[in-house]
Amino acid sequence: MIEVLECRVPASLQDAGRHGYRHLGVPLSGALDVEWLAIANALAGNPPGTVALEVHLLGPSLRAQIPVTIALAGEFSARIQDAAGQWREACNWRSHALAADEILVTGGLRSRIGYLAVHGGFDVPAVLGSRSTYARAGLGGIEGRVLLAGDCMGVGAGTPAIQRRLPQPPCPASGPLRILPGPQREYFTDAAWAHFINDEFTVGREVDRMGLRLDGPRLEHDPALGADIVSDAVTPGVIQVPGDGRPIILLADCQTVGGYPKIATVIGADLPRLAHAGPGQTLRFVEVDIEEALAARRRAATALAECIASIVPDAAEFDFDALYGANLVDGVIDARQNN
Amino acid sequence: MKPRILALGDGALTLEFGNRIDQALNAKVMAARDALAAMKLEGISDVVPTYRSLTVHFDPLLLDREVLIAQLLQAAQAPAGKAALATRWNIPVVFGGEFGPDLADVARATGRSEAAVIEAICATELRVFLIGFLPGFPYLGELPEWLRLPRRTTPRTAVPANSLAIAGAQAAVYPWASPGGWHLLGRTPVRLFDLADAARPALLAPGDTLRFAPVGRDEFECLAADVAAGKAGRKEWQVA
Repeated sequence: MIEVLECRVPASLQDAGRHGYRHLGVPLSGALDVEWLAIANALAGNPPGTVALEVHLLGPSLRAQIPVTIALAGEFSARIQDAAGQWREACNWRSHALAADEILVTGGLRSRIGYLAVHGGFDVPAVLGSRSTYARAGLGGIEGRVLLAGDCMGVGAGTPAIQRRLPQPPCPASGPLRILPGPQREYFTDAAWAHFINDEFTVGREVDRMGLRLDGPRLEHDPALGADIVSDAVTPGVIQVPGDGRPIILLADCQTVGGYPKIATVIGADLPRLAHAGPGQTLRFVEVDIEEALAARRRAATALAECIASIVPDAAEFDFDALYGANLVDGVIDARQNN
Repeated sequence: MKPRILALGDGALTLEFGNRIDQALNAKVMAARDALAAMKLEGISDVVPTYRSLTVHFDPLLLDREVLIAQLLQAAQAPAGKAALATRWNIPVVFGGEFGPDLADVARATGRSEAAVIEAICATELRVFLIGFLPGFPYLGELPEWLRLPRRTTPRTAVPANSLAIAGAQAAVYPWASPGGWHLLGRTPVRLFDLADAARPALLAPGDTLRFAPVGRDEFECLAADVAAGKAGRKEWQVA
């Protein structure tokens, strides 16, 4: 079991999402950055969509009640305290063996978001095919809610023989977010579209797993059509604009349908970037066509596969005591004496 | 209006039949959903029917977008029939008081008595147009013309679970506590979303029809206790 000692900013268990239930009004949910989720899991020796802990801003402190291997994807400032009270640094983008009673303090996140995976995954029940937490309806995760101090999370069986690290951590992408015109593009005046494509927006203070509200130029609806539509489906990445003209980018926990006109949709390849946007950050948009969007999606899939393939065993964390015990090092010393 | 395909990003397509709340449009949506299901395409994760459109969430690296567009346009031609699995429901509701804090306001705004408002809602056979917004949340319609009110100017930050609410031509029941701007008229003991029924966690499905039946406070409390104790199964609310 892994015990939660402290968790001051909501953190939740997330996997690759609850696919196949949106017709029942059940949101997709899942990791906001599925690429980093996959990297954390690869470091921990898990399949890419295994349930992991999604951490925002300030990570929890955890105690291993049994030996476990955890992995960190993100810019944590993590430290491990052993049973004797000695601290050691826990580097990012690698896995770490925790002995029983060791404490992991994950600390503040310079990357705003990060993923903590455990070898074997967190042992919580799948609800409608997914372990992702959707707190509003109490689905998935730990009793359908975010992490609380005192929670004890079971972990899947087994410990890997080796630790792993990612030599070249992923670089945050920069540049404008690529969008496709939305289903209700015609609800907006040409002036509004020009503002949307040419101007800068700032992420407002209202940010959660459902969406990002943007400040910037007001995007005016065509007065003949207005700001209400008969509700139809939305999806993460959709940019909807209510009557106040302030756009909202929908994220993983967004509702399944919405009644505001959708001016555009962020392309699939750029969705993980939205996970890293926080209040005050500026954003710009650039229009691409569907061929570019699909090519970008293929490139992103290839880049993620290459990133995961570049993960190496971590020599620095080889267990030298075990090597001595296995007499391998003695053999080296003997050879030198023979010279 | 001819059905048309709209891009909802690169991972979803919407087949749009129109832009109105209309039973005939909704029936076409359901027919297209059934036709698409029969095509058994690989790479589709979610198919979401709404009042007036059908959205398909898919992986464009597994399912060619142009193939899906062609299939959707073909599915759009499916003749609208009666939805095969449609069920009729009878949902008990306690109206007014603490359970329906907006009943008096709605009566005042429409110039009718509270009893007339309750009678009109319960006399209307409502169609389930869409399940969305929250797990199991039904969008029901259509209310009589005189009962159609704009949303409250200030939404409530917390609508209690199981509240019956109306806005415009629509009625709904909130399966979960949630913020909301609709007018609250009453409360039902019925659970609209229940994981205990794994095969059908959402009680209602698009195409179903239902009527609300007024019950007194005591009966409501009895039914709520039965639901909590597992004594009232979902069949209780089905019309034979």
